[in-house]
Amino acid sequence: MKRRGFDAQLLVLLALGLFFLALPQFIHSSFWLGFWTMALFFALLGQSWNVLGGFGGQISFGHAVFFGTGAYMSAVLQVKFGIDAWTSAAVAVGAGALVGAFIGAVSFRYGLRGSYFALVTLAFAEVFRVLVNAWDFTGAGFGMLIALKPGAANLQFVDRVWFYYLILALVAITLAIAWWIEHSRFGAYLIAVREDEDAAQALGINCFRVKLAAITLSAALAALAGIFYMQYFLFVDSHIAYGPAMSINALLAPMIGGMGTVLGPLIGAVALGGLSEFTSAAIGKTPGVNLLAYGILLLIILRFLPNGLMGLFRGRA
Amino acid sequence: MAVLEVEGVSKRFGGLLAVSEVALRVDSGRITALIGPNGAGKTTLFAIIAGFIPPDRGVVRFDGRDITGMPAHGICRLGLVRTFQIVRPFAGLTVRANIAVGMHLREPVRRRALERAELIARQVGMEAMLDTPAQGLTTAGRKRLELARALATQPKLLLLDEVMAGLVPAEVDEIVAMIRGIRDSGVTVLLIEHVMQAVMSLSDDVYVLNNGRIIAHGAPNEIAANGEVIEAYLGHGAAGRIEARSADA
Repeated sequence: MKRRGFDAQLLVLLALGLFFLALPQFIHSSFWLGFWTMALFFALLGQSWNVLGGFGGQISFGHAVFFGTGAYMSAVLQVKFGIDAWTSAAVAVGAGALVGAFIGAVSFRYGLRGSYFALVTLAFAEVFRVLVNAWDFTGAGFGMLIALKPGAANLQFVDRVWFYYLILALVAITLAIAWWIEHSRFGAYLIAVREDEDAAQALGINCFRVKLAAITLSAALAALAGIFYMQYFLFVDSHIAYGPAMSINALLAPMIGGMGTVLGPLIGAVALGGLSEFTSAAIGKTPGVNLLAYGILLLIILRFLPNGLMGLFRGRA
Repeated sequence: MAVLEVEGVSKRFGGLLAVSEVALRVDSGRITALIGPNGAGKTTLFAIIAGFIPPDRGVVRFDGRDITGMPAHGICRLGLVRTFQIVRPFAGLTVRANIAVGMHLREPVRRRALERAELIARQVGMEAMLDTPAQGLTTAGRKRLELARALATQPKLLLLDEVMAGLVPAEVDEIVAMIRGIRDSGVTVLLIEHVMQAVMSLSDDVYVLNNGRIIAHGAPNEIAANGEVIEAYLGHGAAGRIEARSADA
């Protein structure tokens, strides 16, 4: 029974991979290419949240702190220090991971759980937002702008389809990581910590270390999403990077798709993207209507599908 | 040879002296029972031994090594594992996945941990429930799972906190046989238990805790006849009354 579920999941992953690889061949409008690129971007952001919140049960309300650090660090290194985009990206991932490790060390050392942990992450994101917004070096209220210099060396592409392939590759990496979590000792420990920390500790699990590893990995992936965002739009400001909207986007996709599942964030991101476009088309571009629709969908899912859209496909055994 | 030695351990919670100057010794290859009325401090003593609560005073030695103040996960790694009185299954996981978490302490490979979970499941009679989610188990099933997970860490010393509470007599008999089997496989057992029939038939050695103090220690039949123990359970003067009544008869 176990074995069959395992193979089915690999098949689904393979089919999805083929679908997304072939997708650009059937898209002839920049609008739809942008739609799928952003859906994959939210899948990446959502998967980063899912590593910590879905598998590890440590609910973060401030994932923007890692996303923003990735975006700002890569922008500052390129703009202020003239470092190339690839090196900047690598350093920015490290910076995101470091911020994650720091926040994790501080909050988990003092045993913060549940809503306390959520509030601490939210507070850190707000502190970063205020700091970055006040500091001239990070562009203060204006934000950071990267000069348009197309070329693979600068991680900028004239043909936007390359952004699509780039984000697809990143999502593939996070899917592989999530798959590994489901099939490794680290993942088993992380899920055990989510289910019952005391029981996990009694069985020899160093819960602090497991949670620290999870938040570091999660933060690195969120920073990766920030770097992609920066290269895609070439602009970021403190509200986009560290504002609560990005934190909510990070947790919405896995919550709707299915927390603690490999495919949940991707499915949730696509569903949310589709819903957002559908409401815009149906109701017009009245600001906030898509947010209202998000909220209603979230309520419906929480009421009828506590395991998210993934709950439709399989019981969470 | 002593696997576990507790010396002069005390723990105070505010105005309550939960554990006071407790000393006990668990010998290798035996089943030792810790009994006492509700609120005597048994579970607190377990939590101290297993590293969940630091004692205010005293020393806990496991395998000759001072483990006082070590974190619980480190103590488990050394081979001392506890179960919880209020069972704590990983509710969203199957029986197999639950046992595999314990297995992983000595087996890093996921696939092998999941496979070898079957051996443990067989040992506690759960092989038919391997793919059942833990939240679907009965009380008896949850108690067994608690035991199975602990066994999966391959302990030298197993601390069982009321694994028979809430079970019907037939289930008690099964779990008694299981615990004997575990002892015979070379694992030393220290158990807290209220089911006296089980304590009497299982244990080689009994400690009685009352109001945080050890009030008696000996073989089961000695403990059953101990006046102070009878009074701890049945109230002041009970031992005298029972003796008088049996003299009348």
